[in-house]
Amino acid sequence: MITIQNLDSGYGKLRVLKGISMHVDAGEIVTIIGANGAGKTTLLNTIAGLVRPVNGKIIFNQQDLSLFKAHQIVALGCSLVPEGRQVFATMSVEENLVLGGHVCSKKHGRSTAAGELERQYALFPVLKERRGQLAGTLSGGEQQMLAMARALMARPTLIMMDEPSTGLAPLIVMEIFRIVQKMRDEGNTVLLVEQNARAALGIADRGYVLETGKIVLQGPAAELIEDGEVKRAYLGRDYETITDR
Amino acid sequence: MNTKKNIGVLGLLGLVIMIQLLTHWTGTQYYLTQLTMSAYYSLVILGLCVLMGYAGQISLGHAGFFAIGGYLAAALTTHDLTPYSNTLIIQVLNRCGLLIQGQDIYGDVLLYFNPWVSCILAISAAALTALVTGIPVLKLKGHYLAMATLGFGTIIYRIVLASAFFGEADGISDVPPFTLVSGIPGLPVIEVSGDFSGRVQNYYIAWSMVIAGTLLLLNLIDSRVGRALRSIHGSEETADAMGINTARYKLKTFILSAIFAAAAGVFLTHFNGGIGPSEAGIMKSVRYVAIVAVGGMANIWGALTMGVLLNFLSLRGIFGTYDDAVFGLILILIMLFAPEGILSIRIRQRLRNAFSSSTSEIRGGESS
Repeated sequence: MITIQNLDSGYGKLRVLKGISMHVDAGEIVTIIGANGAGKTTLLNTIAGLVRPVNGKIIFNQQDLSLFKAHQIVALGCSLVPEGRQVFATMSVEENLVLGGHVCSKKHGRSTAAGELERQYALFPVLKERRGQLAGTLSGGEQQMLAMARALMARPTLIMMDEPSTGLAPLIVMEIFRIVQKMRDEGNTVLLVEQNARAALGIADRGYVLETGKIVLQGPAAELIEDGEVKRAYLGRDYETITDR
Repeated sequence: MNTKKNIGVLGLLGLVIMIQLLTHWTGTQYYLTQLTMSAYYSLVILGLCVLMGYAGQISLGHAGFFAIGGYLAAALTTHDLTPYSNTLIIQVLNRCGLLIQGQDIYGDVLLYFNPWVSCILAISAAALTALVTGIPVLKLKGHYLAMATLGFGTIIYRIVLASAFFGEADGISDVPPFTLVSGIPGLPVIEVSGDFSGRVQNYYIAWSMVIAGTLLLLNLIDSRVGRALRSIHGSEETADAMGINTARYKLKTFILSAIFAAAAGVFLTHFNGGIGPSEAGIMKSVRYVAIVAVGGMANIWGALTMGVLLNFLSLRGIFGTYDDAVFGLILILIMLFAPEGILSIRIRQRLRNAFSSSTSEIRGGESS
């Protein structure tokens, strides 16, 4: 579905990503884990067109995304749930969703977008309850759901999520991740960036480990979760118990 | 929402008619002149309101667009074209009926642009200027955008002040009336002019433009476009990530607001019979921004109310020689005490807040 080859990206003279190569197949949940400053958000923002790549290729459904602008990439079927949710606080829940369907109603007409709205309400019943409420007054978990539903409104084939667990209670994180799984089961492809490695690897099919702008490890999620390095660095296992074994 | 919108516009229409009748009965028709002028200034403010309040882009150069409209309309309808009457262009224009003939006091034939033509040219020029300046300038944000548009306003001001074509410091006077309708049986000649006999007529011309503009903008902000604009105001990057072509929406809104300003410039110039460089001045731009702020930024009705009210007071000379100072002061006070606009102040709640915080301070002082 999406293949990234030798991607270099960054801000001005600062090179954040160095030679990233990875891929996501249709119907997968792929997670990218890494510490703060590893370049996870930069990677997603580069795919989404918010940051221009310096080098390399991002091939999404046979098209090179580096040739498109951010809003066109959404129309191509690649949506981003941005870091920190970024819901439009002064607009109502429903307005946020309808806004997310901007591309959809432009491409497929208003009735399709309206149908899409009902689908999101079915997937996130709490949003239907709060449809008239200002998005800024929602709880963190509800805002995360709104951000996800808003991205789904564009009918993406690939949905990229940037740290959906940030600032949420463990129970809410579980619920969010359950919804991500459900999204995959309904045919979506998910690229999930997380610091919460355990939860992310728990639901993902495959994973990549990003460290200072480079991919240092990759493989099936079940293998990564057992990997000594990953355990030491990201799963909080005491370093000595691993080396003793 | 839809009915609310229509009721608002109908209410405005009723109010406009009522005020005219009121001035008629009380013999105070002289107010109509300032109300007409206020209406045209409000048109600038309405356009700026959508740009600032909804799309979130500031412009400190809107007097520039007003001046492009007003000055071009004035220059094209007052400069005699007979010296060029042998050139192909003028002959073609004349053949197409785009020019009108006049006579000077010695009976010589003069040749001018038809006000319709100059009106369309002037508004197109403003739109084109907005397009050309908007593409680079709208990449800027916040203070930087304010500075850049301020620069644009200054350039226009200096151009009209320095070029003989625009009358330098004197401006352009003797601008002919702008005939909108004539020669239709049963209808009087309808023209935009400052002639006393046409005062009522001009009042209605100006206000029908305001009502049409209001209706257009209300529909715009209530549509998908309006939602997109508000999302740009919220966060441009997120709006981009939602698939909204933010650059294009910002540019279109900028052009739309420039067209509103230029149209106001054209009509007010014909109404006043002239235009001077002060219309292009920076203080005019600041005034427009101040009035949009007083009205509450993202509030069409607030902008319209304040636009008419403050311009009317200013034109009546209430503020005397402190006119510009008053608008500066208004801007400071609004930013301090009512950043959501004056219509949003909940006076009682504010008083209560002020009261409760002062009493708690006193208590705190006593206990320590």
